[in-house]
Amino acid sequence: MTNMLEIAGLTKLFPVRNRFGRKTGDVRAVDDVSFSIEKGKVYGLAGESGSGKSTIARMIMGLAKPTSGDILLSGHSITGETGTRAYGRKVQMVFQNPGSSLNPRRTVGQSIAVPLAAHGTPLGEHKRRIAELLEMVQLPTDFALRYPHELSGGQKQRVAIARALAVAPQLLILDEPTSALDVSVQARVMDLLVDLGQQLGLTYLFISHDLSLMRNFADTVGVLYLGKIVETGPTASVFEAPQHDYTRLLLASVPVISAEEEAMRPKIPLIDGEIPTAEQLIALRDGATPVSQRTET
Amino acid sequence: MASETISTTPPRRLSNAYQNWYRFSRNPTAVIGAAIVILAILAAILAPWITPHPDHVGAVVNFRARHLPPSAEYWFGTDNVGRDIFTRVIFGLRISLLLALVVLGIAIPVGTTLGLLAGYFGGWVEIVIMRLTDIALAIPPLVMALAVAAVLSPDLINSMLAIAALWWTWHTRLIYSITRQLRTQEFVEAAETLGASKFHILFREILPNCVSALAVKTSLDAGFVILVGASLSFLGLGIQPPTPDLGTMVASGSAFLPDYWWESVLPGAAILIVALGFNLLGDGLRDLFDVQEVR
Repeated sequence: MTNMLEIAGLTKLFPVRNRFGRKTGDVRAVDDVSFSIEKGKVYGLAGESGSGKSTIARMIMGLAKPTSGDILLSGHSITGETGTRAYGRKVQMVFQNPGSSLNPRRTVGQSIAVPLAAHGTPLGEHKRRIAELLEMVQLPTDFALRYPHELSGGQKQRVAIARALAVAPQLLILDEPTSALDVSVQARVMDLLVDLGQQLGLTYLFISHDLSLMRNFADTVGVLYLGKIVETGPTASVFEAPQHDYTRLLLASVPVISAEEEAMRPKIPLIDGEIPTAEQLIALRDGATPVSQRTET
Repeated sequence: MASETISTTPPRRLSNAYQNWYRFSRNPTAVIGAAIVILAILAAILAPWITPHPDHVGAVVNFRARHLPPSAEYWFGTDNVGRDIFTRVIFGLRISLLLALVVLGIAIPVGTTLGLLAGYFGGWVEIVIMRLTDIALAIPPLVMALAVAAVLSPDLINSMLAIAALWWTWHTRLIYSITRQLRTQEFVEAAETLGASKFHILFREILPNCVSALAVKTSLDAGFVILVGASLSFLGLGIQPPTPDLGTMVASGSAFLPDYWWESVLPGAAILIVALGFNLLGDGLRDLFDVQEVR
Protein backbone atom coordinates (compact mmCIF):
# COMPACT_ATOMS: atom_id res chain seq x y z
CA MET A 1 0.00 0.00 0.00
CA THR A 2 1.20 3.48 -0.76
CA ASN A 3 1.12 6.27 1.72
CA MET A 4 -1.31 9.04 0.90
CA LEU A 5 0.14 11.37 3.48
CA GLU A 6 3.42 11.17 5.27
CA ILE A 7 4.48 13.55 8.00
CA ALA A 8 8.06 13.52 9.25
CA GLY A 9 9.46 15.48 12.16
CA LEU A 10 6.81 18.17 11.90
CA THR A 11 7.39 20.98 14.39
CA LYS A 12 5.61 24.28 14.92
CA LEU A 13 6.84 26.86 17.40
CA PHE A 14 4.81 29.90 18.39
CA PRO A 15 6.85 32.73 19.90
CA VAL A 16 5.92 33.83 23.41
CA ARG A 17 6.25 37.57 23.92
CA ASN A 18 6.21 39.59 27.07
CA ARG A 19 4.08 42.71 27.38
CA PHE A 20 6.67 44.85 25.62
CA GLY A 21 6.65 42.58 22.57
CA ARG A 22 10.07 41.06 23.32
CA LYS A 23 10.35 37.39 22.53
CA THR A 24 10.89 35.43 25.72
CA GLY A 25 10.59 31.86 24.45
CA ASP A 26 8.62 29.44 22.31
CA VAL A 27 5.58 27.29 22.77
CA ARG A 28 6.09 23.94 21.09
CA ALA A 29 2.58 23.57 19.69
CA VAL A 30 3.63 20.64 17.52
CA ASP A 31 6.80 18.85 18.54
CA ASP A 32 8.54 16.44 16.16
CA VAL A 33 5.39 14.71 15.01
CA SER A 34 5.67 11.86 12.48
CA PHE A 35 2.97 9.60 11.12
CA SER A 36 1.68 8.34 7.80
CA ILE A 37 -1.72 7.50 6.37
CA GLU A 38 -2.21 4.71 3.87
CA LYS A 39 -4.38 5.40 0.86
CA GLY A 40 -8.04 4.74 1.61
CA LYS A 41 -7.52 4.47 5.36
CA VAL A 42 -8.65 6.58 8.28
CA TYR A 43 -6.03 7.97 10.62
CA GLY A 44 -7.40 9.25 13.91
CA LEU A 45 -5.49 11.96 15.69
CA ALA A 46 -6.68 12.12 19.30
CA GLY A 47 -5.89 14.61 21.99
CA GLU A 48 -7.42 17.25 24.21
CA SER A 49 -7.78 20.89 23.23
CA GLY A 50 -4.43 22.65 22.98
CA SER A 51 -2.58 19.47 22.11
CA GLY A 52 -1.73 20.74 18.61
CA LYS A 53 -4.27 18.75 16.59
CA SER A 54 -5.70 21.69 14.69
CA THR A 55 -2.26 23.19 14.10
CA ILE A 56 -1.25 20.00 12.30
CA ALA A 57 -4.40 20.23 10.14
CA ARG A 58 -3.71 23.87 9.35
CA MET A 59 -0.13 23.09 8.34
CA ILE A 60 -1.28 20.34 5.98
CA MET A 61 -3.77 22.79 4.44
CA GLY A 62 -1.09 25.45 4.12
CA LEU A 63 -2.92 27.83 6.47
CA ALA A 64 0.09 27.74 8.81
CA LYS A 65 3.77 27.28 8.03
CA PRO A 66 5.72 24.49 9.74
CA THR A 67 8.81 25.61 11.67
CA SER A 68 10.56 22.45 10.53
CA GLY A 69 9.76 18.99 9.23
CA ASP A 70 8.27 17.58 6.07
CA ILE A 71 4.78 16.92 4.83
CA LEU A 72 4.64 14.55 1.85
CA LEU A 73 1.51 14.01 -0.21
CA SER A 74 1.69 10.84 -2.33
CA GLY A 75 5.45 10.95 -1.83
CA HIS A 76 5.96 14.59 -2.89
CA SER A 77 6.78 17.43 -0.53
CA ILE A 78 3.94 19.95 -0.29
CA THR A 79 6.29 22.88 0.32
CA GLY A 80 5.41 25.53 -2.26
CA GLU A 81 2.40 23.49 -3.39
CA THR A 82 -0.05 24.58 -0.71
CA GLY A 83 -2.36 27.38 -1.68
CA THR A 84 -2.33 26.41 -5.36
CA ARG A 85 -5.51 25.16 -6.98
CA ALA A 86 -3.82 21.91 -7.99
CA TYR A 87 -3.13 21.22 -4.31
CA GLY A 88 -6.70 22.15 -3.36
CA ARG A 89 -7.97 19.47 -5.74
CA LYS A 90 -6.10 16.80 -3.77
CA VAL A 91 -6.59 17.89 -0.17
CA GLN A 92 -9.65 19.46 1.39
CA MET A 93 -10.78 20.12 4.92
CA VAL A 94 -14.02 20.13 6.88
CA PHE A 95 -13.79 22.72 9.62
CA GLN A 96 -14.79 22.26 13.21
CA ASN A 97 -17.66 24.70 13.43
CA PRO A 98 -20.08 24.70 10.48
CA GLY A 99 -21.62 27.86 11.91
CA SER A 100 -18.51 29.84 11.04
CA SER A 101 -17.14 27.86 8.10
CA LEU A 102 -20.17 28.78 5.96
CA ASN A 103 -20.56 32.42 4.99
CA PRO A 104 -23.75 33.65 6.70
CA ARG A 105 -24.56 35.97 3.79
CA ARG A 106 -24.33 33.36 1.05
CA THR A 107 -26.82 30.65 0.22
CA VAL A 108 -25.88 27.00 0.43
CA GLY A 109 -25.80 26.81 -3.35
CA GLN A 110 -23.53 29.86 -3.60
CA SER A 111 -21.17 28.37 -1.01
CA ILE A 112 -20.92 25.07 -2.86
CA ALA A 113 -20.40 26.92 -6.16
CA VAL A 114 -17.17 28.51 -4.85
CA PRO A 115 -14.96 25.42 -5.45
CA LEU A 116 -16.85 24.64 -8.68
CA ALA A 117 -16.10 28.08 -10.13
CA ALA A 118 -12.52 28.05 -8.88
CA HIS A 119 -11.80 24.68 -10.44
CA GLY A 120 -13.29 25.33 -13.85
CA THR A 121 -16.73 23.75 -13.82
CA PRO A 122 -18.69 25.55 -16.60
CA LEU A 123 -21.34 27.90 -15.21
CA GLY A 124 -24.15 25.99 -16.90
CA GLU A 125 -23.31 22.82 -14.99
CA HIS A 126 -23.20 24.42 -11.53
CA LYS A 127 -26.85 23.80 -10.77
CA ARG A 128 -26.64 20.13 -11.66
CA ARG A 129 -23.40 19.60 -9.71
CA ILE A 130 -24.76 21.40 -6.63
CA ALA A 131 -27.81 19.14 -6.70
CA GLU A 132 -25.58 16.05 -7.07
CA LEU A 133 -23.40 17.10 -4.15
CA LEU A 134 -26.40 17.84 -1.91
CA GLU A 135 -27.81 14.40 -2.72
CA MET A 136 -24.43 12.88 -1.95
CA VAL A 137 -24.63 14.24 1.62
CA GLN A 138 -28.32 13.27 1.84
CA LEU A 139 -29.79 16.75 1.80
CA PRO A 140 -32.78 17.83 -0.32
CA THR A 141 -31.69 19.68 -3.45
CA ASP A 142 -33.89 22.70 -2.68
CA PHE A 143 -31.54 23.49 0.22
CA ALA A 144 -29.36 25.22 -2.37
CA LEU A 145 -31.50 28.34 -2.01
CA ARG A 146 -31.35 28.51 1.79
CA TYR A 147 -29.09 30.53 4.03
CA PRO A 148 -27.00 28.84 6.73
CA HIS A 149 -29.09 30.29 9.57
CA GLU A 150 -32.09 28.37 8.24
CA LEU A 151 -30.25 25.06 8.69
CA SER A 152 -29.53 22.91 11.74
CA GLY A 153 -25.96 22.24 12.84
CA GLY A 154 -25.95 18.78 11.29
CA GLN A 155 -27.32 20.08 8.00
CA LYS A 156 -24.71 22.84 7.92
CA GLN A 157 -21.92 20.32 8.47
CA ARG A 158 -23.32 18.23 5.61
CA VAL A 159 -23.16 21.31 3.40
CA ALA A 160 -19.54 21.87 4.47
CA ILE A 161 -18.77 18.24 3.56
CA ALA A 162 -20.49 18.64 0.18
CA ARG A 163 -18.46 21.77 -0.49
CA ALA A 164 -15.19 20.03 0.37
CA LEU A 165 -16.11 17.11 -1.89
CA ALA A 166 -16.98 19.40 -4.83
CA VAL A 167 -13.38 19.23 -6.09
CA ALA A 168 -13.22 15.43 -5.60
CA PRO A 169 -10.21 15.45 -3.24
CA GLN A 170 -8.20 12.36 -2.38
CA LEU A 171 -7.46 13.32 1.21
CA LEU A 172 -10.09 14.89 3.44
CA ILE A 173 -9.07 16.42 6.74
CA LEU A 174 -11.84 16.34 9.33
CA ASP A 175 -11.02 18.80 12.11
CA GLU A 176 -13.41 17.82 14.92
CA PRO A 177 -16.25 17.65 12.39
CA THR A 178 -18.86 16.69 14.97
CA SER A 179 -17.75 18.49 18.12
CA ALA A 180 -20.21 21.35 17.55
CA LEU A 181 -23.13 18.94 17.05
CA ASP A 182 -25.59 17.08 19.28
CA VAL A 183 -24.70 13.50 20.07
CA SER A 184 -27.65 12.10 18.08
CA VAL A 185 -26.67 14.16 15.03
CA GLN A 186 -22.98 13.25 15.45
CA ALA A 187 -23.65 9.58 14.80
CA ARG A 188 -25.47 10.28 11.53
CA VAL A 189 -22.78 12.63 10.26
CA MET A 190 -20.17 9.98 11.10
CA ASP A 191 -22.20 7.31 9.26
CA LEU A 192 -22.32 9.61 6.24
CA LEU A 193 -18.55 10.09 6.37
CA VAL A 194 -18.00 6.32 6.53
CA ASP A 195 -20.31 5.77 3.53
CA LEU A 196 -18.70 8.55 1.51
CA GLY A 197 -15.24 7.25 2.36
CA GLN A 198 -16.11 3.84 0.94
CA GLN A 199 -17.98 5.14 -2.09
CA LEU A 200 -15.33 7.64 -3.14
CA GLY A 201 -12.25 5.85 -1.84
CA LEU A 202 -11.33 8.81 0.36
CA THR A 203 -8.43 8.92 2.75
CA TYR A 204 -9.30 10.61 6.02
CA LEU A 205 -7.30 12.41 8.65
CA PHE A 206 -9.78 12.45 11.49
CA ILE A 207 -9.00 14.84 14.30
CA SER A 208 -11.01 14.56 17.49
CA HIS A 209 -10.92 14.50 21.26
CA ASP A 210 -13.82 12.06 21.26
CA LEU A 211 -12.36 8.59 21.67
CA SER A 212 -15.64 6.74 21.34
CA LEU A 213 -16.04 8.15 17.82
CA MET A 214 -12.42 7.35 17.10
CA ARG A 215 -12.80 3.70 18.07
CA ASN A 216 -15.56 3.12 15.51
CA PHE A 217 -14.13 5.23 12.72
CA ALA A 218 -10.33 5.15 12.62
CA ASP A 219 -8.08 2.36 11.35
CA THR A 220 -5.00 3.75 13.04
CA VAL A 221 -4.83 6.08 16.02
CA GLY A 222 -2.21 8.55 17.16
CA VAL A 223 -2.52 10.10 20.59
CA LEU A 224 -1.25 13.64 20.77
CA TYR A 225 -0.25 15.17 24.10
CA LEU A 226 1.27 18.64 24.35
CA GLY A 227 2.36 18.55 20.72
CA LYS A 228 3.96 15.09 20.80
CA ILE A 229 2.56 11.78 19.62
CA VAL A 230 2.82 9.67 22.78
CA GLU A 231 1.26 6.53 21.39
CA THR A 232 0.32 5.25 17.97
CA GLY A 233 -0.88 1.98 16.49
CA PRO A 234 -3.89 0.12 15.09
CA THR A 235 -7.07 1.35 16.78
CA ALA A 236 -7.93 -2.00 18.38
CA SER A 237 -4.55 -2.47 20.05
CA VAL A 238 -4.36 1.11 21.33
CA PHE A 239 -7.81 0.85 22.84
CA GLU A 240 -7.33 -2.62 24.33
CA ALA A 241 -3.81 -2.22 25.67
CA PRO A 242 -2.91 1.44 26.04
CA GLN A 243 0.80 1.82 26.80
CA HIS A 244 1.04 5.46 27.79
CA ASP A 245 -0.40 6.91 31.00
CA TYR A 246 -2.01 9.74 29.10
CA THR A 247 -3.82 7.37 26.71
CA ARG A 248 -5.14 5.45 29.72
CA LEU A 249 -6.38 8.65 31.25
CA LEU A 250 -8.14 9.66 28.04
CA LEU A 251 -9.73 6.23 27.73
CA ALA A 252 -10.81 6.17 31.34
CA SER A 253 -12.52 9.52 30.94
CA VAL A 254 -14.77 8.31 28.11
CA PRO A 255 -18.26 7.95 29.56
CA VAL A 256 -19.62 4.41 29.17
CA ILE A 257 -23.16 3.08 29.21
CA SER A 258 -22.97 -0.72 29.17
CA ALA A 259 -21.17 -3.19 31.40
CA GLU A 260 -19.50 -4.52 28.29
CA GLU A 261 -17.90 -1.18 27.67
CA GLU A 262 -17.07 -0.80 31.34
CA ALA A 263 -15.08 -4.03 31.08
CA MET A 264 -12.99 -2.45 28.37
CA ARG A 265 -11.78 0.32 30.63
CA PRO A 266 -8.16 -0.01 31.63
CA LYS A 267 -7.77 -1.34 35.18
CA ILE A 268 -4.31 0.06 35.59
CA PRO A 269 -3.90 2.75 38.26
CA LEU A 270 -4.09 6.20 36.76
CA ILE A 271 -2.03 9.32 37.22
CA ASP A 272 -2.97 10.97 40.47
CA GLY A 273 -4.12 14.55 40.35
CA GLU A 274 -4.47 16.86 37.38
CA ILE A 275 -2.73 16.38 34.06
CA PRO A 276 0.08 18.94 33.98
CA THR A 277 -0.48 21.87 31.67
CA ALA A 278 2.15 23.22 29.31
CA GLU A 279 3.26 25.87 31.81
CA GLN A 280 3.57 23.32 34.58
CA LEU A 281 5.63 21.08 32.33
CA ILE A 282 8.02 23.94 31.64
CA ALA A 283 8.21 24.59 35.38
CA LEU A 284 8.88 20.87 35.93
CA ARG A 285 11.71 20.95 33.43
CA ASP A 286 13.16 23.91 35.31
CA GLY A 287 13.29 21.88 38.51
CA ALA A 288 10.08 22.63 40.38
CA THR A 289 8.18 19.91 42.24
CA PRO A 290 5.43 18.29 40.13
CA VAL A 291 1.96 19.35 41.23
CA SER A 292 0.63 15.83 41.59
CA GLN A 293 3.50 14.75 43.83
CA ARG A 294 3.15 17.81 45.97
CA THR A 295 -0.41 16.88 46.84
CA GLU A 296 0.66 13.39 47.92
CA THR A 297 3.35 14.40 50.40
CA MET B 1 -35.97 8.33 10.33
CA ALA B 2 -33.44 11.06 10.41
CA SER B 3 -35.41 14.02 11.66
CA GLU B 4 -32.44 16.17 10.75
CA THR B 5 -32.68 15.43 7.06
CA ILE B 6 -36.43 15.04 6.82
CA SER B 7 -37.38 18.66 7.50
CA THR B 8 -37.66 19.49 3.81
CA THR B 9 -40.85 21.49 4.13
CA PRO B 10 -40.99 23.56 7.31
CA PRO B 11 -44.55 24.65 8.21
CA ARG B 12 -44.42 28.08 6.63
CA ARG B 13 -41.41 29.88 5.31
CA LEU B 14 -41.48 33.65 5.52
CA SER B 15 -39.14 35.23 3.06
CA ASN B 16 -36.15 37.07 4.48
CA ALA B 17 -37.34 40.26 2.82
CA TYR B 18 -40.71 40.02 4.53
CA GLN B 19 -39.15 39.29 7.94
CA ASN B 20 -36.86 42.28 7.57
CA TRP B 21 -39.71 44.52 6.47
CA TYR B 22 -41.79 43.42 9.46
CA ARG B 23 -39.02 44.26 11.92
CA PHE B 24 -38.34 47.54 10.13
CA SER B 25 -41.99 48.56 10.21
CA ARG B 26 -42.11 48.03 14.00
CA ASN B 27 -39.29 50.53 14.54
CA PRO B 28 -40.76 54.07 14.70
CA THR B 29 -37.38 55.80 14.35
CA ALA B 30 -36.57 53.96 11.15
CA VAL B 31 -40.03 54.46 9.68
CA ILE B 32 -40.07 58.22 10.37
CA GLY B 33 -36.54 58.56 9.01
CA ALA B 34 -37.37 56.56 5.89
CA ALA B 35 -40.56 58.59 5.35
CA ILE B 36 -38.67 61.90 5.53
CA VAL B 37 -35.94 60.67 3.20
CA ILE B 38 -38.38 59.24 0.65
CA LEU B 39 -40.53 62.41 0.74
CA ALA B 40 -37.46 64.62 0.27
CA ILE B 41 -36.22 62.55 -2.68
CA LEU B 42 -39.67 62.49 -4.33
CA ALA B 43 -40.11 66.23 -3.79
CA ALA B 44 -36.72 66.92 -5.32
CA ILE B 45 -37.42 64.76 -8.37
CA LEU B 46 -40.94 66.10 -8.91
CA ALA B 47 -40.09 69.71 -8.03
CA PRO B 48 -41.16 71.32 -11.35
CA TRP B 49 -44.63 69.72 -11.12
CA ILE B 50 -45.48 70.07 -7.42
CA THR B 51 -44.26 73.56 -6.64
CA PRO B 52 -46.67 76.51 -6.95
CA HIS B 53 -44.24 78.88 -8.73
CA PRO B 54 -41.68 76.83 -10.66
CA ASP B 55 -40.63 79.95 -12.60
CA HIS B 56 -39.31 81.51 -9.35
CA VAL B 57 -36.25 79.28 -9.57
CA GLY B 58 -34.51 81.72 -11.89
CA ALA B 59 -33.73 85.40 -11.69
CA VAL B 60 -37.36 86.50 -11.39
CA VAL B 61 -37.96 89.87 -9.77
CA ASN B 62 -41.33 90.96 -8.40
CA PHE B 63 -40.77 93.87 -6.03
CA ARG B 64 -44.46 94.25 -5.25
CA ALA B 65 -44.40 90.85 -3.54
CA ARG B 66 -41.10 91.09 -1.66
CA HIS B 67 -40.75 90.12 2.04
CA LEU B 68 -44.30 88.75 2.24
CA PRO B 69 -44.91 86.57 5.33
CA PRO B 70 -46.09 82.92 4.97
CA SER B 71 -49.62 82.77 3.58
CA ALA B 72 -51.94 80.51 1.58
CA GLU B 73 -50.40 81.82 -1.66
CA TYR B 74 -46.76 81.76 -0.48
CA TRP B 75 -46.47 78.91 2.09
CA PHE B 76 -43.00 79.90 3.27
CA GLY B 77 -43.35 83.61 2.41
CA THR B 78 -41.30 85.45 -0.20
CA ASP B 79 -37.70 86.66 -0.29
CA ASN B 80 -36.18 90.07 -0.90
CA VAL B 81 -36.96 90.05 -4.62
CA GLY B 82 -40.44 88.59 -4.28
CA ARG B 83 -39.79 84.92 -5.10
CA ASP B 84 -41.75 82.06 -3.46
CA ILE B 85 -39.48 80.54 -0.78
CA PHE B 86 -41.38 77.21 -0.69
CA THR B 87 -40.68 76.65 -4.39
CA ARG B 88 -37.04 77.52 -3.94
CA VAL B 89 -36.67 75.23 -0.89
CA ILE B 90 -38.03 72.26 -2.83
CA PHE B 91 -35.68 73.00 -5.74
CA GLY B 92 -32.84 73.55 -3.22
CA LEU B 93 -33.31 69.94 -2.04
CA ARG B 94 -32.14 68.86 -5.49
CA ILE B 95 -28.72 70.42 -4.93
CA SER B 96 -28.39 69.02 -1.39
CA LEU B 97 -29.34 65.51 -2.41
CA LEU B 98 -27.19 65.65 -5.54
CA LEU B 99 -24.23 66.63 -3.37
CA ALA B 100 -24.84 63.70 -1.01
CA LEU B 101 -25.27 61.33 -3.96
CA VAL B 102 -22.08 62.38 -5.73
CA VAL B 103 -19.89 62.56 -2.60
CA LEU B 104 -21.04 59.18 -1.29
CA GLY B 105 -21.05 57.73 -4.81
CA ILE B 106 -17.32 58.43 -4.95
CA ALA B 107 -16.45 57.87 -1.30
CA ILE B 108 -18.16 54.50 -0.79
CA PRO B 109 -16.58 52.49 -3.65
CA VAL B 110 -13.14 54.03 -3.09
CA GLY B 111 -13.22 53.76 0.71
CA THR B 112 -14.66 50.26 0.72
CA THR B 113 -12.13 48.89 -1.76
CA LEU B 114 -9.20 50.41 0.11
CA GLY B 115 -10.55 49.14 3.44
CA LEU B 116 -10.98 45.62 2.08
CA LEU B 117 -7.45 45.60 0.63
CA ALA B 118 -5.83 46.95 3.81
CA GLY B 119 -7.78 44.64 6.11
CA TYR B 120 -7.31 41.47 4.09
CA PHE B 121 -3.73 41.71 2.89
CA GLY B 122 -2.15 43.44 5.89
CA GLY B 123 1.60 44.12 5.75
CA TRP B 124 2.79 46.90 3.45
CA VAL B 125 -0.60 47.31 1.78
CA GLU B 126 -2.14 47.98 5.17
CA ILE B 127 0.60 50.38 6.27
CA VAL B 128 0.42 52.48 3.10
CA ILE B 129 -3.38 52.65 2.92
CA MET B 130 -4.02 53.23 6.60
CA ARG B 131 -1.32 55.91 6.99
CA LEU B 132 -2.75 57.72 3.94
CA THR B 133 -6.13 57.47 5.60
CA ASP B 134 -4.79 58.93 8.83
CA ILE B 135 -3.31 61.88 6.93
CA ALA B 136 -6.55 62.52 5.05
CA LEU B 137 -8.54 62.22 8.28
CA ALA B 138 -6.51 65.02 9.83
CA ILE B 139 -7.89 67.54 7.30
CA PRO B 140 -11.44 68.79 7.97
CA PRO B 141 -13.53 68.46 4.76
CA LEU B 142 -14.85 72.02 5.11
CA VAL B 143 -11.32 73.45 5.27
CA MET B 144 -10.32 71.36 2.27
CA ALA B 145 -13.34 72.64 0.33
CA LEU B 146 -12.45 76.24 1.28
CA ALA B 147 -8.90 75.74 0.07
CA VAL B 148 -10.01 74.16 -3.22
CA ALA B 149 -12.54 76.95 -3.77
CA ALA B 150 -9.84 79.54 -3.10
CA VAL B 151 -7.38 77.99 -5.56
CA LEU B 152 -9.87 76.98 -8.26
CA SER B 153 -13.26 78.67 -8.59
CA PRO B 154 -16.07 78.53 -6.04
CA ASP B 155 -18.62 76.22 -7.64
CA LEU B 156 -20.56 73.10 -6.85
CA ILE B 157 -18.40 70.63 -8.76
CA ASN B 158 -15.21 71.72 -7.03
CA SER B 159 -16.87 71.59 -3.62
CA MET B 160 -18.19 68.11 -4.27
CA LEU B 161 -14.81 66.82 -5.40
CA ALA B 162 -13.07 68.45 -2.43
CA ILE B 163 -15.43 66.80 0.06
CA ALA B 164 -15.34 63.45 -1.74
CA ALA B 165 -11.53 63.53 -1.78
CA LEU B 166 -11.59 63.29 2.03
CA TRP B 167 -14.81 61.47 2.77
CA TRP B 168 -13.63 57.98 1.72
CA THR B 169 -11.41 57.80 4.83
CA TRP B 170 -14.35 57.02 7.12
CA HIS B 171 -15.46 54.15 4.94
CA THR B 172 -11.90 52.85 4.70
CA ARG B 173 -11.62 52.76 8.48
CA LEU B 174 -14.98 51.10 8.95
CA ILE B 175 -14.46 48.40 6.32
CA TYR B 176 -10.85 47.86 7.41
CA SER B 177 -11.86 47.04 10.97
CA ILE B 178 -14.62 44.66 9.85
CA THR B 179 -12.33 42.95 7.34
CA ARG B 180 -9.65 42.47 9.99
CA GLN B 181 -12.15 40.56 12.09
CA LEU B 182 -13.53 38.52 9.19
CA ARG B 183 -10.14 37.61 7.72
CA THR B 184 -9.52 34.94 10.36
CA GLN B 185 -13.06 33.54 10.18
CA GLU B 186 -13.28 29.94 9.05
CA PHE B 187 -15.44 30.75 6.03
CA VAL B 188 -12.68 32.97 4.63
CA GLU B 189 -10.07 30.27 5.24
CA ALA B 190 -12.41 27.73 3.70
CA ALA B 191 -12.76 29.87 0.57
CA GLU B 192 -8.96 30.16 0.40
CA THR B 193 -8.41 26.42 0.63
CA LEU B 194 -11.18 25.84 -1.93
CA GLY B 195 -9.21 27.87 -4.45
CA ALA B 196 -11.35 31.02 -4.59
CA SER B 197 -9.65 34.06 -6.14
CA LYS B 198 -8.65 37.06 -4.03
CA PHE B 199 -11.28 39.09 -5.88
CA HIS B 200 -13.92 36.54 -4.94
CA ILE B 201 -12.86 36.49 -1.29
CA LEU B 202 -12.83 40.29 -0.99
CA PHE B 203 -15.99 41.14 -2.87
CA ARG B 204 -18.12 38.02 -2.60
CA GLU B 205 -17.23 36.61 0.82
CA ILE B 206 -16.20 39.59 2.94
CA LEU B 207 -18.09 42.52 1.36
CA PRO B 208 -21.58 41.00 1.81
CA ASN B 209 -20.82 40.84 5.54
CA CYS B 210 -20.04 44.58 5.55
CA VAL B 211 -23.26 45.65 3.86
CA SER B 212 -25.27 46.25 7.02
CA ALA B 213 -22.55 48.45 8.52
CA LEU B 214 -22.20 50.28 5.19
CA ALA B 215 -25.93 50.95 4.97
CA VAL B 216 -25.97 52.47 8.46
CA LYS B 217 -22.86 54.53 7.80
CA THR B 218 -24.15 55.75 4.43
CA SER B 219 -27.47 57.03 5.71
CA LEU B 220 -25.82 58.75 8.69
CA ASP B 221 -23.23 60.24 6.33
CA ALA B 222 -25.82 61.51 3.86
CA GLY B 223 -27.21 63.81 6.55
CA PHE B 224 -23.73 65.01 7.44
CA VAL B 225 -22.69 65.66 3.82
CA ILE B 226 -25.86 67.74 3.33
CA LEU B 227 -24.89 69.84 6.37
CA VAL B 228 -21.34 70.34 5.07
CA GLY B 229 -22.75 71.27 1.64
CA ALA B 230 -25.13 73.78 3.23
CA SER B 231 -22.23 75.27 5.23
CA LEU B 232 -20.24 75.67 2.01
CA SER B 233 -22.99 77.47 0.17
CA PHE B 234 -23.72 79.55 3.29
CA LEU B 235 -20.13 80.74 2.92
CA GLY B 236 -20.73 81.38 -0.78
CA LEU B 237 -18.64 78.46 -2.04
CA GLY B 238 -21.42 76.22 -3.28
CA ILE B 239 -23.63 76.59 -6.30
CA GLN B 240 -23.91 80.21 -7.40
CA PRO B 241 -27.14 82.30 -7.51
CA PRO B 242 -29.75 82.47 -8.89
CA THR B 243 -29.96 78.62 -8.69
CA PRO B 244 -31.76 77.94 -5.41
CA ASP B 245 -29.71 76.32 -2.64
CA LEU B 246 -30.71 75.89 0.97
CA GLY B 247 -27.40 77.15 2.42
CA THR B 248 -27.37 80.21 0.13
CA MET B 249 -30.95 81.02 1.10
CA VAL B 250 -30.13 80.89 4.82
CA ALA B 251 -27.18 83.22 4.19
CA SER B 252 -29.08 85.81 2.10
CA GLY B 253 -32.11 85.66 4.39
CA SER B 254 -30.00 86.30 7.48
CA ALA B 255 -29.51 89.91 6.34
CA PHE B 256 -33.20 90.52 7.09
CA LEU B 257 -33.38 88.89 10.52
CA PRO B 258 -35.33 89.14 12.76
CA ASP B 259 -38.11 91.03 10.92
CA TYR B 260 -38.40 88.71 7.91
CA TRP B 261 -37.43 85.55 9.86
CA TRP B 262 -39.01 83.12 7.38
CA GLU B 263 -36.42 83.91 4.73
CA SER B 264 -33.62 82.14 6.61
CA VAL B 265 -35.39 80.10 9.32
CA LEU B 266 -37.59 78.05 6.97
CA PRO B 267 -34.81 76.99 4.52
CA GLY B 268 -32.73 76.24 7.64
CA ALA B 269 -35.54 74.07 8.99
CA ALA B 270 -35.58 72.20 5.67
CA ILE B 271 -31.86 71.40 6.04
CA LEU B 272 -32.46 70.31 9.61
CA ILE B 273 -35.36 68.02 8.74
CA VAL B 274 -33.62 66.32 5.81
CA ALA B 275 -30.41 65.76 7.80
CA LEU B 276 -32.50 64.50 10.72
CA GLY B 277 -34.37 62.13 8.40
CA PHE B 278 -31.13 60.52 7.21
CA ASN B 279 -29.86 60.22 10.77
CA LEU B 280 -33.07 58.63 12.03
CA LEU B 281 -32.97 56.19 9.12
CA GLY B 282 -29.35 55.34 9.92
CA ASP B 283 -30.13 54.77 13.60
CA GLY B 284 -33.15 52.69 12.67
CA LEU B 285 -31.11 50.55 10.29
CA ARG B 286 -28.50 50.04 12.98
CA ASP B 287 -31.15 48.80 15.42
CA LEU B 288 -32.46 46.48 12.73
CA PHE B 289 -29.06 44.99 11.92
CA ASP B 290 -28.03 44.73 15.58
CA VAL B 291 -31.10 42.65 16.25
CA GLN B 292 -30.12 40.37 13.39
CA GLU B 293 -26.63 39.93 14.74
CA VAL B 294 -27.91 39.01 18.21
CA ARG B 295 -30.45 36.59 16.76
